[in-house]
Amino acid sequence: MPSNISLLALVLITIVKGAVLIGALLTVFAYGTWLERRLVGRFQLRLGPNRVGPGGLLQPLADGVKAMFKEDFVPAQADRLAYWLAPALVVAVALTAFAVIPFGPPAVKLFGVPLFYISNVNAGILLILAVTSIGAYGVILGGWASNSKYSLLGGLRSTAQLISYELGVGLAILGVILLAGTLELPQIVEQQAGSWFGFLPRWNIFLQPLGFLLYAIGALAETNRAPFDLPESEHELTAGYQTEYGGMKSAMFYMAEYIDIALVSSIATLLFLGGWQGPFIQQLPALGVLWFLLKVLAFIFVFIWLRATLPRIRYDQLMDLGWKVVLPLALLNLLLTALMVLIWPWLGGGG
Amino acid sequence: MAQVLFWLMAIVAVASALTTIGSRRPVHSALAFLVTLLSLAVLFLLRSAQFVAVIQIIIYAGAILVLFLFVIMLLHAQSGEGPQLKLRFQRPLAIWLALLLFGGLSYLLISSPLSAAQPVPAGMGTVQAVGGTLFAHFLLPFEVASILLLIGVIGAVVLTVKEDEQPK
Repeated sequence: MPSNISLLALVLITIVKGAVLIGALLTVFAYGTWLERRLVGRFQLRLGPNRVGPGGLLQPLADGVKAMFKEDFVPAQADRLAYWLAPALVVAVALTAFAVIPFGPPAVKLFGVPLFYISNVNAGILLILAVTSIGAYGVILGGWASNSKYSLLGGLRSTAQLISYELGVGLAILGVILLAGTLELPQIVEQQAGSWFGFLPRWNIFLQPLGFLLYAIGALAETNRAPFDLPESEHELTAGYQTEYGGMKSAMFYMAEYIDIALVSSIATLLFLGGWQGPFIQQLPALGVLWFLLKVLAFIFVFIWLRATLPRIRYDQLMDLGWKVVLPLALLNLLLTALMVLIWPWLGGGG
Repeated sequence: MAQVLFWLMAIVAVASALTTIGSRRPVHSALAFLVTLLSLAVLFLLRSAQFVAVIQIIIYAGAILVLFLFVIMLLHAQSGEGPQLKLRFQRPLAIWLALLLFGGLSYLLISSPLSAAQPVPAGMGTVQAVGGTLFAHFLLPFEVASILLLIGVIGAVVLTVKEDEQPK
């Protein structure tokens, strides 16, 4: 904490930064849905929504208005507390995790505090894992509170999926942490500056190709995206835990889904793709935000691409993949990384 | 600031703990327990134990309590109400044992020479500090605990494989 400004000013700055970030994330949600519908349309040789506004750009606004004016119902015999809590919880958790995501280099300062992130805590990446693990409650409660068998089964499935893949994701991340020797996200990114042999960027993906692949699989599963979107597989469970939700509450589940996609894309960018590192970053540090956003956008594009390409896998295949493939491979990756750090300690930069 | 936060979180922790044992619906009990765990994590943070606070959320709130909820929902999916099991001597016995525990703890608290909390040295409670202590001073207990956990994992796997079916 810088000592040259008062605590009150610091709190005020943080609140403003938080408000801006939430506004930006809600925009990401709105235009995430637009991007997805347009892209999937193209992938399937259709046009996608293009009627509202130029290129369909006002479609999210129309959808928002529609969701607001829908009937706000609660199913009979639903557990009201849990039914209301679930969508609020998933959105709150998804937003909170962004508090420790650095969008740009800490060198860019405003009033003496770094402009591009809200906080840099010692346990950085662990805190993100902790916050997102609370998100499972939203899903399981939403499924149970609706008092419907499809919802309950969808909720239980989804939670089992989340817990199973959390392990693989955690272990895949551990490889990067071993290399970096720190949990602080800005520091992990700083260590990926420079290049190998003068042309290859010094990103962790080149040291951790297996870890990156495992993280990507886990990220797809944790965000309930195709081909792992079993919790909402229509032909079995209608819409899974969201079946009995309508109007704005249903929209909030979607909001959480898209913000979660942005979150896992951001983490992948920070840990494996060098975060804000890119050309001309030395001359103009603020340019880092652009590189960061471009990388995140590329990741989101791949997410949508995969959804349009791959069929949904079966539930037992999902569990087999999680426990018998991803988990052992992540352990192997951890072992190899530990050996690597032991033999060539200068590789990661952690030392 | 820290004082205000402490009292706020302490009250929330006690109130949610009371809700946990007082609530009629097991799911609400579990939710109240979640609030207790989260407020305890904040109390850890106030004592600069960052790592313990985060681990508390990941392990207890993120994994163990989710499993509690699983069991509750699968057993009482219809109503969410608890079973009507009643042992006749259970309630009086529980009350007496609870009073005994309360008395014992109170006696210890009053008789022990408590002083104001020491200021925490810089860097304590960070991941590096906890890891360093764990692997330097407490290596043997740490390894023993990990072997215990491994035994537990293998035991659970053995229990889930049914007698008549061979593991694939």
